[in-house]
Amino acid sequence: MYVELKNVFKRFGNFQAVNDVSFGLAQGTLAALLGPSGSGKTTILRMIAGLESPDSGQISIEGSVINNLEPSRRGIGFVFQNYALFRYMTVFDNIAFGLTTKKEPKAKIKERVEELLTLIGLEDLGKRYPAQLSGGQKQRVAFARALAPRPRILLLDEPFAAIDAKVRRELRSWLRHMITKLKITSIFVTHDQSEAIEVADRIIITNSGRVEQTGAPVELYRSPATPFVARFIGESTLANDYRTLVGFEEAPDGYECAIRPEFIRLFAPGEEVQFENSVEEGVIETMAFRGDTLEVIIRVRDFTLTTGYSLERPPLAPGDRVKVLIYRLYAFNGDRAVLVSNKRLNNTGNGYNFQI
Amino acid sequence: MAKSRTQAPSKHGRRGYRQENPYLRRLLIILSLLFTILMLVLPLVIVIYQAFGTGWDRFWAAVTNTFTLKALYLTILTGSFAVIFNTLFGLTAAWALTRYSFRGQGILITLIDLPFAISPIIAGLIFILTYGRLGWAKPILDEFNLKIVFATPGLVLATIFVTLPFVARELIPVLTARGTDEEQAAVLMGAGFFRVFFKVTLPHIRWALIYSVILCTARAMGEFGAVSVVSGHLRGKTNTLPLHIEILYNEHHYNEAFAVSAILVVTSIVILTARSVVEYLSRREGDDVR
Amino acid sequence: MKKTKRILPGFGLTMGVTMSYLSFIVLIPMISLVIQTGEAGWSGIITAITDQRIWSSYKVSFGCSFLAALINTIFGTMLAWVLVRYRFLGRRLIDGLIELPFAIPTAVAGISLTFLTTDKGWIGRPLAELGIRIAYTKVGIIVALTFITLPFVVRSIQPILEELSPDFEEAGRTLGAGSARIFFKIILPELKPALLTGFSLAFARGLGEYGSVIFIAGNKPFQTEIAPLMIVTRLEEFHYEQATAVALVMLLASFIIMFVVNRVQLRAASYVGG
Repeated sequence: MYVELKNVFKRFGNFQAVNDVSFGLAQGTLAALLGPSGSGKTTILRMIAGLESPDSGQISIEGSVINNLEPSRRGIGFVFQNYALFRYMTVFDNIAFGLTTKKEPKAKIKERVEELLTLIGLEDLGKRYPAQLSGGQKQRVAFARALAPRPRILLLDEPFAAIDAKVRRELRSWLRHMITKLKITSIFVTHDQSEAIEVADRIIITNSGRVEQTGAPVELYRSPATPFVARFIGESTLANDYRTLVGFEEAPDGYECAIRPEFIRLFAPGEEVQFENSVEEGVIETMAFRGDTLEVIIRVRDFTLTTGYSLERPPLAPGDRVKVLIYRLYAFNGDRAVLVSNKRLNNTGNGYNFQI
Repeated sequence: MAKSRTQAPSKHGRRGYRQENPYLRRLLIILSLLFTILMLVLPLVIVIYQAFGTGWDRFWAAVTNTFTLKALYLTILTGSFAVIFNTLFGLTAAWALTRYSFRGQGILITLIDLPFAISPIIAGLIFILTYGRLGWAKPILDEFNLKIVFATPGLVLATIFVTLPFVARELIPVLTARGTDEEQAAVLMGAGFFRVFFKVTLPHIRWALIYSVILCTARAMGEFGAVSVVSGHLRGKTNTLPLHIEILYNEHHYNEAFAVSAILVVTSIVILTARSVVEYLSRREGDDVR
Repeated sequence: MKKTKRILPGFGLTMGVTMSYLSFIVLIPMISLVIQTGEAGWSGIITAITDQRIWSSYKVSFGCSFLAALINTIFGTMLAWVLVRYRFLGRRLIDGLIELPFAIPTAVAGISLTFLTTDKGWIGRPLAELGIRIAYTKVGIIVALTFITLPFVVRSIQPILEELSPDFEEAGRTLGAGSARIFFKIILPELKPALLTGFSLAFARGLGEYGSVIFIAGNKPFQTEIAPLMIVTRLEEFHYEQATAVALVMLLASFIIMFVVNRVQLRAASYVGG
């Protein structure tokens, strides 16, 4: 593993910010530390950078332990949440800062800074001050500044948090493109699951100071290991007492479950129902237009379920009685999440296909 | 210490105030003008009037008198020491108190605030109790043949004490508000203390620094109580300008006393103006001294 | 083993300088007060401060400082109000002049106020004909302290008035409240913490003030002698323990006032913070 954390703990006063965290990342990975606020993700990032020191545990890069290495000797580039650009220096001087500290020759510094300015597409803005830049431009400069001394790892703390929604989408793909192009091992912190899923190759999900699961985005989506991940990734409806649902009577013992919208199929009144003996009766409560589909909330006895409904299918209205087929659900068993399929369906596949 | 600065126009504009009773408004303005003239303008006018009332020659004679010049020299000397030391201290203390967290931070801040909270007379008293004839540190001073009380070092110490909080107190909130991200970024890129301090931190606080140095100068120049206690009133030796004014006044040399006062008044007005200019400039740069 | 590492460099250097400087300038001299108190003993201290002359000086100091602070609370509120709310010729000049008492040496303020208010002065003469005397009376002390502490209340209130949204008043007006009712019921409560802070700072400063008062007070024992002057007098007589005793009471008063100010500001902050 290129970057590795082993049994890392960190406490602030009475607050256990990081609680026995271990994970490893291969070289060239673009990883996201994803979790709700206070889950320890930023602390983990700052410990890798050396801005915090762990109470115990090991952090290593390229096989050597860096716990006691000065932050500046770790070979990391850090992009701060609000960029922390030096306000009284020009863009050029900002990017050059890490190089002048190393006392590199002037000509070399100039060459490198200009190379980076070209890379981030701000060739003409070298003489500007940070205050004269837009949010997106500032972020690019912060990125270039972190990259200038050719770090081994790039760390980014909530890199898109300070940018407005519209520019954010552009920057996401820009950043992803840049990092893949430069092949630099990168870790970024985010609380936004869609951001993590879109940008990262690997996601490390944190919760209450622990790592819940590590994996590729699709992996986390398809097989969440814990109830937390099942709830956190994707949009699901939570339900209780799932063993009363048709087809799930023999599901493993447990109480709570999560049902993804794509796990449910509706049959409009009069529509031919394919699996007559495995459907529930339900009533449509509300419907909302979500741009390309309808979001439908259905009441099935005591369950309130949410699913999507294509506009191409027979029209529905609130109050309509519909047949509801639940393909599968995530049953929560202690701290495990288990994918359970509808037993009355004669389906052969284990995973589910994405084209519902 | 009340924060003292000219106010920017209210961000709410003057909306909603115009329904006020115009007579009340006029009355309040007139009362305020009267109060200001009586309390603030007249004392200034009388200084200038008395200073020049008996002609330029007497004024000039009073100002260029040997004792006045010596007092002026001593005022500049003690003031410079106080301002330079307290500026260096203020910078380091503000950095230490805002860039690290450690036990006892509150106690340090209280110690810094102390000179503002206590009477200048008490400030003088504690130096007498320490270094005076009966002070416990007197034998140590004698050992090295040093004299503090009733000598220039005492004046410098007393002035330093009284003006100690100015710079630190002005810089601490500015540095707290700035946060440490930029410094951390610089450290991550390998910058050492002096590089971080001079390249990253100092540019942020330069206006607040200039501002506080100006306030510190004003106070150092005019300090009376603390200096009076430790001076021993040795004319030509330990008299600063304010003490010199007291002596002249008590000897009924009123015109001379006011002539010397005029120097200080003019200096104060210059300082006040400089302060306003700094405020204006810092605000224009979007970097309010606040 | 937990090892706290500080990210920013220079901790040893800056803490070292800060601690040594504070120790040398503030802490060590302050310790002398403790030593001196120990030498005098509590009975010595009590005897000293119950001395008639010293006791009178406390009454003069506390009474006059209180009244001066009160005057400034009233006029300071008015000045702040006028400066924030109205636009008129000379507004900026007045605003700049408010700082004058902070900038001008206290001795200069003392002699010029005295000169104005003696029986022969510009203000003193007409008043003397009416039988009112300012210089060399307690009134003179109050005048000097009012001058010295004038900026505190104004500068405490001004920013609050600036920030006060006219929405409150307009809301009051739409509900039919008159100007007086709006001022006392809506605006004054908003100003209360700042007023209390300004008053306390002015009071504390007044207690310790020396330079401006000694000229105008006349310094008659039992009548117009202020406590700081008693310290100086006892020091000049080499009665160190008595001087210390007088100072201790004043220090105590300052600390109580500072404590009150801190509490008021904390509470005000908790209101705003919600």
